[in-house]
Amino acid sequence: MFVLVTYDVNTETPEGRRRLRQVAKICKNFGVRVQNSVFECVVDSVQLMEMKYKIGEVINTETDSVRYYNLGKQGREHVEHVGAKPGLNVDDALIF
Amino acid sequence: MRKLRNVLYVTNPQSYLSKDGESIVVSVENQELARVPIHNLEGVVCFGFMGASPGMMALCTENDVGLCFVSPYGKFMARVGGKVSGNVLLRKRQYAVSDDETASVKIASYCILGKLMNCRTVLQRFSRDYPDMVSGEFERNFKRLSEGIVQIKAGTCGSLNELRGFEGILSKYYFDSFNDLILSTEPEFSFENRSRRPPLDRVNALLSFSYTLIAADCASALESVGLDPQVGFLHRVRPGRPSLALDLMEEFRPYLGDRFVLSLVNNRVVTAGNFVVKENGAVLLTDDARKTVLQAWQKRKKEEVMHGYLEERMPIGLLPYSQAMLLARFLRGDIDGYPPFVVR
Repeated sequence: MFVLVTYDVNTETPEGRRRLRQVAKICKNFGVRVQNSVFECVVDSVQLMEMKYKIGEVINTETDSVRYYNLGKQGREHVEHVGAKPGLNVDDALIF
Repeated sequence: MRKLRNVLYVTNPQSYLSKDGESIVVSVENQELARVPIHNLEGVVCFGFMGASPGMMALCTENDVGLCFVSPYGKFMARVGGKVSGNVLLRKRQYAVSDDETASVKIASYCILGKLMNCRTVLQRFSRDYPDMVSGEFERNFKRLSEGIVQIKAGTCGSLNELRGFEGILSKYYFDSFNDLILSTEPEFSFENRSRRPPLDRVNALLSFSYTLIAADCASALESVGLDPQVGFLHRVRPGRPSLALDLMEEFRPYLGDRFVLSLVNNRVVTAGNFVVKENGAVLLTDDARKTVLQAWQKRKKEEVMHGYLEERMPIGLLPYSQAMLLARFLRGDIDGYPPFVVR
Protein backbone atom coordinates (compact mmCIF):
# COMPACT_ATOMS: atom_id res chain seq x y z
CA MET A 1 0.00 0.00 0.00
CA PHE A 2 0.93 3.61 -0.48
CA VAL A 3 1.16 5.63 2.73
CA LEU A 4 1.93 9.31 3.06
CA VAL A 5 3.63 10.21 6.33
CA THR A 6 3.93 13.79 7.51
CA TYR A 7 5.25 15.01 10.82
CA ASP A 8 5.68 18.12 12.82
CA VAL A 9 8.16 17.82 15.65
CA ASN A 10 8.63 20.69 18.08
CA THR A 11 12.24 21.84 17.71
CA GLU A 12 12.42 24.54 20.39
CA THR A 13 14.56 22.39 22.65
CA PRO A 14 17.70 20.38 21.79
CA GLU A 15 15.73 17.34 22.87
CA GLY A 16 13.08 18.19 20.25
CA ARG A 17 15.66 18.56 17.51
CA ARG A 18 17.00 15.15 18.43
CA ARG A 19 13.50 13.67 18.10
CA LEU A 20 13.09 15.33 14.70
CA ARG A 21 16.28 13.71 13.43
CA GLN A 22 15.22 10.34 14.79
CA VAL A 23 11.77 10.49 13.21
CA ALA A 24 13.32 11.48 9.88
CA LYS A 25 15.75 8.60 10.15
CA ILE A 26 12.97 6.07 10.72
CA CYS A 27 10.92 7.47 7.83
CA LYS A 28 13.94 7.27 5.53
CA ASN A 29 14.13 3.55 6.21
CA PHE A 30 10.59 3.00 5.03
CA GLY A 31 10.00 5.48 2.27
CA VAL A 32 11.11 8.18 -0.06
CA ARG A 33 11.48 11.76 1.14
CA VAL A 34 9.41 14.04 -1.10
CA GLN A 35 9.48 17.20 1.02
CA ASN A 36 11.23 18.20 4.22
CA SER A 37 8.88 16.39 6.56
CA VAL A 38 6.83 14.42 4.07
CA PHE A 39 7.54 10.84 3.08
CA GLU A 40 5.91 8.54 0.56
CA CYS A 41 6.14 4.92 1.66
CA VAL A 42 5.30 1.79 -0.31
CA VAL A 43 4.90 -0.72 2.50
CA ASP A 44 2.88 -3.76 3.52
CA SER A 45 0.72 -3.77 6.64
CA VAL A 46 3.44 -5.31 8.80
CA GLN A 47 5.98 -2.72 7.74
CA LEU A 48 3.46 0.04 8.40
CA MET A 49 2.85 -1.26 11.93
CA GLU A 50 6.57 -1.47 12.49
CA MET A 51 7.05 2.11 11.34
CA LYS A 52 4.18 3.40 13.51
CA TYR A 53 5.58 1.58 16.51
CA LYS A 54 9.09 2.90 16.03
CA ILE A 55 7.92 6.47 15.55
CA GLY A 56 5.58 6.13 18.51
CA GLU A 57 8.57 5.21 20.68
CA VAL A 58 10.43 8.37 19.72
CA ILE A 59 7.97 11.23 19.65
CA ASN A 60 6.61 13.29 22.49
CA THR A 61 2.84 13.16 22.08
CA GLU A 62 2.44 16.43 24.02
CA THR A 63 4.25 18.55 21.45
CA ASP A 64 4.76 16.52 18.23
CA SER A 65 2.34 15.25 15.64
CA VAL A 66 2.62 12.57 12.97
CA ARG A 67 -0.03 11.83 10.36
CA TYR A 68 -0.33 8.68 8.29
CA TYR A 69 -2.47 8.92 5.17
CA ASN A 70 -3.14 5.45 3.89
CA LEU A 71 -3.96 5.90 0.22
CA GLY A 72 -4.37 2.19 -0.53
CA LYS A 73 -2.86 0.17 -3.33
CA GLN A 74 -3.51 2.64 -6.12
CA GLY A 75 -2.55 5.59 -3.93
CA ARG A 76 0.06 6.93 -6.28
CA GLU A 77 -2.58 7.73 -8.87
CA HIS A 78 -4.02 10.36 -6.54
CA VAL A 79 -0.77 12.29 -6.41
CA GLU A 80 -0.16 15.27 -8.60
CA HIS A 81 3.18 17.00 -8.47
CA VAL A 82 3.94 20.57 -9.48
CA GLY A 83 7.36 22.19 -9.40
CA ALA A 84 10.81 21.11 -8.32
CA LYS A 85 11.99 17.93 -6.59
CA PRO A 86 9.73 15.24 -8.07
CA GLY A 87 9.97 12.29 -5.72
CA LEU A 88 11.26 8.90 -6.73
CA ASN A 89 8.62 6.31 -7.59
CA VAL A 90 9.89 3.01 -6.21
CA ASP A 91 7.48 1.05 -8.42
CA ASP A 92 8.79 2.50 -11.67
CA ALA A 93 11.80 1.11 -13.46
CA LEU A 94 14.75 2.10 -11.29
CA ILE A 95 17.59 2.84 -13.65
CA PHE A 96 20.37 5.20 -12.69
CA MET B 1 2.29 -15.94 -3.72
CA ARG B 2 5.02 -13.49 -2.95
CA LYS B 3 4.83 -9.90 -4.08
CA LEU B 4 7.04 -8.90 -6.97
CA ARG B 5 9.34 -6.13 -5.84
CA ASN B 6 11.40 -3.84 -7.99
CA VAL B 7 14.91 -4.23 -9.36
CA LEU B 8 17.39 -1.39 -9.14
CA TYR B 9 19.60 -1.08 -12.22
CA VAL B 10 22.67 1.05 -11.95
CA THR B 11 23.96 1.80 -15.43
CA ASN B 12 26.30 4.70 -14.77
CA PRO B 13 29.80 3.19 -14.46
CA GLN B 14 30.81 6.04 -12.13
CA SER B 15 28.22 5.23 -9.52
CA TYR B 16 28.91 3.86 -6.09
CA LEU B 17 26.41 2.01 -3.97
CA SER B 18 26.28 2.47 -0.24
CA LYS B 19 24.01 1.83 2.68
CA ASP B 20 22.26 4.39 4.83
CA GLY B 21 20.02 2.94 7.50
CA GLU B 22 17.74 0.58 5.65
CA SER B 23 18.15 2.25 2.29
CA ILE B 24 20.46 1.87 -0.65
CA VAL B 25 22.05 5.07 -1.84
CA VAL B 26 23.33 5.47 -5.38
CA SER B 27 25.88 8.22 -5.69
CA VAL B 28 28.15 9.61 -8.37
CA GLU B 29 31.19 11.55 -7.19
CA ASN B 30 29.74 11.84 -3.69
CA GLN B 31 26.54 13.27 -5.03
CA GLU B 32 23.42 11.36 -4.15
CA LEU B 33 21.43 10.26 -7.19
CA ALA B 34 18.86 8.05 -5.59
CA ARG B 35 17.87 6.52 -2.31
CA VAL B 36 15.65 3.46 -2.21
CA PRO B 37 14.39 1.62 0.88
CA ILE B 38 15.62 -1.97 0.77
CA HIS B 39 12.18 -3.51 1.34
CA ASN B 40 10.99 -2.21 -2.04
CA LEU B 41 13.69 -4.15 -3.85
CA GLU B 42 14.00 -7.63 -5.23
CA GLY B 43 17.46 -7.27 -6.64
CA VAL B 44 20.21 -4.87 -7.61
CA VAL B 45 22.07 -5.15 -10.90
CA CYS B 46 25.13 -2.97 -11.14
CA PHE B 47 26.67 -2.22 -14.53
CA GLY B 48 29.44 -0.09 -13.11
CA PHE B 49 32.97 -0.63 -11.98
CA MET B 50 33.01 1.61 -8.92
CA GLY B 51 31.22 -1.04 -6.89
CA ALA B 52 29.47 -1.12 -3.60
CA SER B 53 30.30 -0.84 0.06
CA PRO B 54 30.48 -4.01 2.14
CA GLY B 55 27.80 -2.55 4.39
CA MET B 56 25.47 -2.32 1.43
CA MET B 57 26.30 -5.89 0.42
CA ALA B 58 25.43 -7.05 3.94
CA LEU B 59 22.16 -5.14 3.80
CA CYS B 60 21.29 -6.91 0.55
CA THR B 61 22.11 -10.39 1.78
CA GLU B 62 20.25 -9.87 5.07
CA ASN B 63 17.14 -8.87 3.17
CA ASP B 64 17.41 -11.56 0.49
CA VAL B 65 18.01 -8.97 -2.19
CA GLY B 66 20.10 -10.37 -5.02
CA LEU B 67 23.10 -8.20 -5.85
CA CYS B 68 25.02 -8.87 -9.01
CA PHE B 69 27.69 -7.06 -10.92
CA VAL B 70 27.81 -7.20 -14.68
CA SER B 71 30.13 -5.40 -17.07
CA PRO B 72 28.76 -2.29 -18.81
CA TYR B 73 27.88 -4.54 -21.76
CA GLY B 74 25.91 -6.97 -19.66
CA LYS B 75 28.53 -9.69 -19.20
CA PHE B 76 28.09 -11.34 -15.86
CA MET B 77 30.98 -10.69 -13.46
CA ALA B 78 30.00 -11.47 -9.90
CA ARG B 79 27.13 -12.11 -7.62
CA VAL B 80 27.14 -11.43 -3.92
CA GLY B 81 25.84 -14.30 -1.86
CA GLY B 82 25.35 -14.17 1.86
CA LYS B 83 25.78 -16.87 4.43
CA VAL B 84 25.04 -20.41 3.35
CA SER B 85 21.52 -20.89 4.51
CA GLY B 86 18.38 -22.75 3.63
CA ASN B 87 17.64 -26.39 3.91
CA VAL B 88 20.80 -28.47 3.85
CA LEU B 89 18.79 -31.66 3.29
CA LEU B 90 17.30 -30.17 0.14
CA ARG B 91 20.76 -29.26 -1.13
CA LYS B 92 22.14 -32.72 -0.35
CA ARG B 93 19.29 -34.20 -2.32
CA GLN B 94 20.11 -31.84 -5.18
CA TYR B 95 23.76 -32.99 -5.19
CA ALA B 96 22.74 -36.64 -5.11
CA VAL B 97 20.38 -36.19 -8.05
CA SER B 98 23.04 -34.28 -9.93
CA ASP B 99 25.43 -37.23 -9.56
CA ASP B 100 22.80 -39.68 -10.72
CA GLU B 101 22.70 -39.70 -14.51
CA THR B 102 19.24 -41.29 -14.85
CA ALA B 103 17.63 -38.88 -12.42
CA SER B 104 19.41 -35.93 -14.05
CA VAL B 105 18.20 -36.95 -17.50
CA LYS B 106 14.67 -36.94 -16.19
CA ILE B 107 14.84 -33.37 -14.90
CA ALA B 108 16.93 -32.13 -17.80
CA SER B 109 14.49 -33.50 -20.32
CA TYR B 110 11.65 -31.68 -18.60
CA CYS B 111 13.63 -28.43 -18.86
CA ILE B 112 14.42 -29.05 -22.52
CA LEU B 113 10.86 -30.04 -23.21
CA GLY B 114 9.64 -26.80 -21.67
CA LYS B 115 12.06 -24.84 -23.79
CA LEU B 116 11.22 -26.55 -27.06
CA MET B 117 7.50 -26.34 -26.47
CA ASN B 118 7.85 -22.63 -25.84
CA CYS B 119 9.98 -22.34 -28.99
CA ARG B 120 7.21 -24.03 -30.90
CA THR B 121 4.65 -21.63 -29.44
CA VAL B 122 6.74 -18.66 -30.57
CA LEU B 123 6.78 -20.01 -34.13
CA GLN B 124 3.15 -21.04 -34.01
CA ARG B 125 2.05 -17.64 -32.85
CA PHE B 126 3.88 -16.04 -35.74
CA SER B 127 2.36 -18.35 -38.33
CA ARG B 128 -1.06 -17.59 -36.92
CA ASP B 129 -0.54 -13.82 -36.93
CA TYR B 130 1.14 -13.61 -40.34
CA PRO B 131 -0.07 -16.64 -42.30
CA ASP B 132 0.97 -15.12 -45.65
CA MET B 133 4.61 -14.68 -44.56
CA VAL B 134 5.22 -18.32 -43.73
CA SER B 135 7.71 -19.95 -46.09
CA GLY B 136 8.08 -23.62 -46.91
CA GLU B 137 11.35 -23.73 -44.98
CA PHE B 138 9.62 -22.29 -41.94
CA GLU B 139 6.95 -24.97 -42.07
CA ARG B 140 9.54 -27.74 -42.47
CA ASN B 141 11.46 -26.50 -39.44
CA PHE B 142 8.27 -26.23 -37.46
CA LYS B 143 7.39 -29.80 -38.30
CA ARG B 144 10.84 -31.09 -37.37
CA LEU B 145 10.64 -29.26 -34.06
CA SER B 146 7.21 -30.70 -33.30
CA GLU B 147 8.40 -34.21 -34.11
CA GLY B 148 11.43 -33.77 -31.88
CA ILE B 149 9.20 -32.72 -29.00
CA VAL B 150 7.15 -35.88 -29.38
CA GLN B 151 10.35 -37.95 -29.30
CA ILE B 152 11.67 -36.29 -26.15
CA LYS B 153 8.28 -36.72 -24.52
CA ALA B 154 8.44 -40.41 -25.32
CA GLY B 155 11.78 -40.52 -23.48
CA THR B 156 14.05 -41.66 -26.29
CA CYS B 157 17.09 -39.94 -24.78
CA GLY B 158 18.82 -42.23 -22.34
CA SER B 159 21.84 -40.11 -21.52
CA LEU B 160 22.58 -36.47 -20.96
CA ASN B 161 24.87 -36.30 -23.97
CA GLU B 162 22.18 -37.69 -26.22
CA LEU B 163 19.78 -35.11 -24.84
CA ARG B 164 22.25 -32.26 -25.35
CA GLY B 165 22.84 -33.32 -28.94
CA PHE B 166 19.18 -33.63 -29.68
CA GLU B 167 18.43 -30.27 -28.10
CA GLY B 168 21.19 -28.68 -30.17
CA ILE B 169 19.72 -29.95 -33.44
CA LEU B 170 16.19 -28.87 -32.57
CA SER B 171 17.35 -25.42 -31.42
CA LYS B 172 19.12 -25.03 -34.72
CA TYR B 173 15.86 -25.63 -36.57
CA TYR B 174 14.26 -23.02 -34.38
CA PHE B 175 16.95 -20.42 -34.92
CA ASP B 176 16.93 -21.18 -38.66
CA SER B 177 13.38 -19.84 -38.68
CA PHE B 178 14.14 -16.95 -36.38
CA ASN B 179 14.93 -14.50 -39.18
CA ASP B 180 11.39 -14.93 -40.51
CA LEU B 181 10.05 -13.62 -37.21
CA ILE B 182 11.88 -10.33 -37.58
CA LEU B 183 9.50 -7.99 -39.35
CA SER B 184 11.96 -5.10 -39.60
CA THR B 185 13.13 -4.63 -43.16
CA GLU B 186 16.36 -2.95 -42.10
CA PRO B 187 19.28 -5.12 -43.25
CA GLU B 188 21.01 -4.49 -39.89
CA PHE B 189 18.41 -6.61 -38.17
CA SER B 190 18.71 -9.73 -40.27
CA PHE B 191 19.55 -12.80 -38.29
CA GLU B 192 21.56 -15.74 -39.59
CA ASN B 193 22.56 -17.85 -36.68
CA ARG B 194 23.24 -17.55 -33.01
CA SER B 195 26.62 -16.02 -32.21
CA ARG B 196 27.91 -15.19 -28.77
CA ARG B 197 31.05 -14.16 -26.94
CA PRO B 198 30.94 -11.76 -28.65
CA PRO B 199 27.58 -11.39 -30.40
CA LEU B 200 28.28 -10.53 -34.03
CA ASP B 201 25.07 -8.83 -35.02
CA ARG B 202 22.41 -6.67 -33.46
CA VAL B 203 19.83 -9.34 -32.85
CA ASN B 204 22.42 -11.56 -31.20
CA ALA B 205 23.53 -8.66 -29.00
CA LEU B 206 19.97 -8.20 -27.80
CA LEU B 207 19.48 -11.93 -27.27
CA SER B 208 22.66 -12.22 -25.22
CA PHE B 209 21.77 -9.20 -23.15
CA SER B 210 18.30 -10.48 -22.33
CA TYR B 211 19.64 -13.95 -21.49
CA THR B 212 22.03 -12.37 -19.00
CA LEU B 213 19.11 -10.67 -17.30
CA ILE B 214 17.12 -13.91 -17.15
CA ALA B 215 20.09 -15.88 -15.81
CA ALA B 216 20.58 -13.40 -12.98
CA ASP B 217 16.89 -13.65 -12.06
CA CYS B 218 17.00 -17.44 -12.17
CA ALA B 219 20.09 -17.61 -9.96
CA SER B 220 18.53 -15.45 -7.28
CA ALA B 221 15.23 -17.33 -7.52
CA LEU B 222 17.05 -20.62 -6.89
CA GLU B 223 18.97 -19.12 -4.04
CA SER B 224 15.78 -17.88 -2.43
CA VAL B 225 14.20 -21.34 -2.36
CA GLY B 226 17.38 -22.85 -0.89
CA LEU B 227 18.85 -24.57 -3.95
CA ASP B 228 22.47 -24.26 -5.02
CA PRO B 229 22.47 -22.40 -8.35
CA GLN B 230 25.83 -23.91 -9.29
CA VAL B 231 24.91 -27.59 -9.26
CA GLY B 232 22.98 -28.33 -12.40
CA PHE B 233 21.55 -31.36 -14.10
CA LEU B 234 21.77 -30.60 -17.80
CA HIS B 235 24.67 -28.17 -17.75
CA ARG B 236 27.92 -29.62 -16.52
CA VAL B 237 29.21 -28.52 -13.18
CA ARG B 238 32.10 -26.15 -13.74
CA PRO B 239 33.70 -23.70 -11.30
CA GLY B 240 32.03 -20.32 -11.38
CA ARG B 241 29.21 -21.40 -13.63
CA PRO B 242 25.64 -21.14 -12.30
CA SER B 243 24.70 -24.42 -13.98
CA LEU B 244 21.35 -24.91 -12.31
CA ALA B 245 20.37 -21.35 -13.13
CA LEU B 246 21.20 -22.12 -16.75
CA ASP B 247 19.09 -25.30 -16.57
CA LEU B 248 16.20 -23.39 -15.11
CA MET B 249 16.40 -20.61 -17.65
CA GLU B 250 16.12 -22.95 -20.66
CA GLU B 251 12.36 -22.89 -20.54
CA PHE B 252 12.31 -19.10 -20.28
CA ARG B 253 14.62 -18.37 -23.21
CA PRO B 254 11.96 -18.43 -25.94
CA TYR B 255 9.14 -16.86 -23.98
CA LEU B 256 10.97 -14.24 -21.94
CA GLY B 257 14.07 -13.70 -24.03
CA ASP B 258 13.34 -14.28 -27.71
CA ARG B 259 9.85 -12.82 -27.71
CA PHE B 260 11.11 -9.81 -25.78
CA VAL B 261 13.85 -9.22 -28.35
CA LEU B 262 11.41 -9.64 -31.21
CA SER B 263 9.05 -7.10 -29.75
CA LEU B 264 11.92 -4.65 -29.23
CA VAL B 265 12.95 -4.96 -32.86
CA ASN B 266 9.53 -5.27 -34.46
CA ASN B 267 8.03 -2.39 -32.51
CA ARG B 268 11.12 -0.26 -33.23
CA VAL B 269 11.89 0.25 -29.57
CA VAL B 270 15.52 -0.15 -30.61
CA THR B 271 16.88 0.90 -33.96
CA ALA B 272 20.01 0.13 -35.93
CA GLY B 273 21.71 3.24 -34.53
CA ASN B 274 21.44 1.96 -30.97
CA PHE B 275 24.49 -0.27 -31.40
CA VAL B 276 28.20 0.13 -31.72
CA VAL B 277 30.29 -2.23 -33.81
CA LYS B 278 33.79 -2.92 -32.48
CA GLU B 279 36.88 -3.70 -34.57
CA ASN B 280 36.64 -7.42 -33.82
CA GLY B 281 33.08 -7.52 -35.14
CA ALA B 282 31.47 -7.52 -31.71
CA VAL B 283 28.19 -5.64 -31.63
CA LEU B 284 27.25 -3.91 -28.42
CA LEU B 285 24.36 -1.82 -27.16
CA THR B 286 24.95 1.87 -26.50
CA ASP B 287 24.41 3.28 -23.01
CA ASP B 288 21.11 4.92 -23.87
CA ALA B 289 19.77 1.89 -25.65
CA ARG B 290 20.66 -0.27 -22.67
CA LYS B 291 18.47 1.96 -20.53
CA THR B 292 15.61 1.70 -23.01
CA VAL B 293 15.92 -2.07 -23.05
CA LEU B 294 15.98 -2.27 -19.26
CA GLN B 295 12.94 -0.04 -19.03
CA ALA B 296 11.05 -2.29 -21.44
CA TRP B 297 12.27 -5.32 -19.49
CA GLN B 298 10.97 -4.00 -16.19
CA LYS B 299 7.65 -3.19 -17.79
CA ARG B 300 7.42 -6.63 -19.29
CA LYS B 301 8.10 -8.29 -15.93
CA LYS B 302 5.03 -6.63 -14.47
CA GLU B 303 2.67 -8.11 -17.06
CA GLU B 304 0.60 -10.95 -15.71
CA VAL B 305 0.31 -14.44 -17.14
CA MET B 306 -1.61 -17.50 -16.12
CA HIS B 307 0.61 -20.22 -14.73
CA GLY B 308 -0.77 -23.44 -16.18
CA TYR B 309 0.40 -25.76 -13.43
CA LEU B 310 -0.17 -23.59 -10.38
CA GLU B 311 -3.40 -22.23 -11.91
CA GLU B 312 -2.65 -18.79 -10.64
CA ARG B 313 -2.17 -15.43 -12.31
CA MET B 314 1.22 -13.96 -11.57
CA PRO B 315 3.54 -11.27 -12.87
CA ILE B 316 6.06 -12.57 -15.41
CA GLY B 317 8.86 -11.46 -13.09
CA LEU B 318 7.83 -14.08 -10.54
CA LEU B 319 8.00 -17.00 -12.99
CA PRO B 320 11.64 -17.89 -12.21
CA TYR B 321 10.76 -17.93 -8.53
CA SER B 322 7.70 -20.12 -8.97
CA GLN B 323 9.64 -22.56 -11.15
CA ALA B 324 12.50 -22.71 -8.64
CA MET B 325 9.93 -23.48 -5.97
CA LEU B 326 8.46 -26.29 -8.07
CA LEU B 327 11.93 -27.69 -8.69
CA ALA B 328 12.60 -27.72 -4.96
CA ARG B 329 9.29 -29.48 -4.37
CA PHE B 330 10.19 -32.09 -6.94
CA LEU B 331 13.62 -32.73 -5.41
CA ARG B 332 12.00 -33.04 -2.02
CA GLY B 333 9.66 -35.66 -3.48
CA ASP B 334 6.45 -33.69 -3.00
CA ILE B 335 5.52 -33.94 -6.68
CA ASP B 336 6.21 -36.71 -9.19
CA GLY B 337 7.76 -34.69 -11.98
CA TYR B 338 9.12 -31.22 -12.55
CA PRO B 339 6.49 -29.25 -14.48
CA PRO B 340 8.28 -26.75 -16.74
CA PHE B 341 6.60 -23.46 -17.50
CA VAL B 342 4.82 -23.77 -20.81
CA VAL B 343 3.07 -20.87 -22.48
CA ARG B 344 -0.44 -21.48 -23.62
